[in-house]
Amino acid sequence: MAIHVDGLTKMYGEQKAVNDISFEVKTGEVVGFLGPNGAGKSTTMKMITCFMAPSNGDVSLDGISIHKDPESIKKKIGYLPENNPLYMDMPIVDYLHFTAELQGVEKSKIPARIGEMIEKCGLDREKHKNINELSKGYRQRVGLAQAMIHDPEVLVLDEPTTGLDPNQIVEIRKLIKDLGKQKTVILSSHILSEVEATCDRILIINKGRIVADGTAASLRTQAQGQELLTVSIDGKGDIEKELRGLASVEKVTGLEGKENWFSVQSKPDSESRKAIFDLCVKKKWYLTELTGVETRLEDVFRELTN
Amino acid sequence: MNKIWIITKRELSSFFDSLTAYVMIILFLGLSGLFTWLVGSNVFLMNQASMDVFFGIAFWSLFFFIPALTMKMIAEENRAGTIELLITKAVTDGQIVAGKFLACLLLVIIALVCTLPYYITISQLGNIDDGGVIGGYFGLILLSAAYISIGLFASSLTTNQIVAFLLALFISVFFHLLFDVIGSTMTGALGSIFTYLSTRSHFESLSRGVVDSRDMVFFFSIIVLGLLLSQVMLSKRNWQS
Repeated sequence: MAIHVDGLTKMYGEQKAVNDISFEVKTGEVVGFLGPNGAGKSTTMKMITCFMAPSNGDVSLDGISIHKDPESIKKKIGYLPENNPLYMDMPIVDYLHFTAELQGVEKSKIPARIGEMIEKCGLDREKHKNINELSKGYRQRVGLAQAMIHDPEVLVLDEPTTGLDPNQIVEIRKLIKDLGKQKTVILSSHILSEVEATCDRILIINKGRIVADGTAASLRTQAQGQELLTVSIDGKGDIEKELRGLASVEKVTGLEGKENWFSVQSKPDSESRKAIFDLCVKKKWYLTELTGVETRLEDVFRELTN
Repeated sequence: MNKIWIITKRELSSFFDSLTAYVMIILFLGLSGLFTWLVGSNVFLMNQASMDVFFGIAFWSLFFFIPALTMKMIAEENRAGTIELLITKAVTDGQIVAGKFLACLLLVIIALVCTLPYYITISQLGNIDDGGVIGGYFGLILLSAAYISIGLFASSLTTNQIVAFLLALFISVFFHLLFDVIGSTMTGALGSIFTYLSTRSHFESLSRGVVDSRDMVFFFSIIVLGLLLSQVMLSKRNWQS
């Protein structure tokens, strides 16, 4: 199920929480919303899930607009809101039953669906408890279970891994990855490694606008046009000067506190690995380290949103 | 309709799970039983086989109980954020309000059904006016529906249950008492308008067994208005800026 977002805008008074956002999500794609707090991630999700009407613009799922038929759109979306609000006084199974009924799951299939969700989300040991007796991690699982109970074609997950321990985070990420094979998933996070690990595509949102759109790799190269290497050479002579003398090298800086360690930046569209190796062979130096430095997504993020 | 019933079922079971329902039914039966049978101008003192004493007590006790039932309905969902989860399911705002309204009304009806032994007992004591009793119960249900509707509206205005409770009482007390008092101090058209707005006069004519279309129009107007306003407040997130 493809999602089209077209010129989406939401005003809170004078402030534009979401400012003319347009993007597209293809069927089976896992898209991550990345952005600092208050960037408009949650607001965008609230509009996609028909919780709030946009001030302007449109969202459509396979051609059905949220303005025309919110009912049928809501049925196709599974939504996990931020902070995962749940009816605390309800037992897990009753709550899942209630959700399944509301989402129009056939009566005869409800018990089977509940069983499947409890197994998939690892709630088996806790299934007879009330929601208020659960730890935060288990509540998050209940939140995920209720979002998926009606086997929706689209999943919208607002910060799905907050409050989980590292093991649970790995499990949930795996679950999302598995789901992403058949379903369209939109998730938001401000944990960069998480988005990188789970998403096919990343949208970076800042101050209500999309500032970057692409895969993690493409965002990195976009931010870092030139090759950057860390080099360590064991040998005699002025190594730094020789390195500077290479045709493809633009800048060489010695690494602080380390002897004979250098950071080498190549000129645009050229690479220096081979040249450095050849230089060492020629000078009979030992090349003890030669690694490419990848721009971290953190740096991309900071550059785009600061 | 199906969706409304799903919400009603959940709200009703939440009433019973949280003991609210039992407390409310026991208090209601206790209070009305006490005044009907034991203290004040009870049935024996009046020496009449009539339910008037009970209806008089129920008229007041429901006025206080109903805001306690409705106060958490929307306010608590707003506070906890569960409203977001509910709205993003395949239901409309109207169905949510209607489901909650129906749950409260059903609970009140269950409480009223529990008072049927009073009727059976009194009818053994003498000749009871069946029309008056049916009209009285009918009047209590309409009265409750009107106050539930007002209570839901009050609950939709705030995220604080106590505020919702007090607000519901504040709005209801005009219909319950103040319009009547104001109306009786005035003469002419203005006086009769205020008297028409008070629930007391409509309830009393119903409990005499007289089903008048004017009374029906009055109660149904309050119910519809309250529900519509609650729905508008719930939909406020769409146009709020």
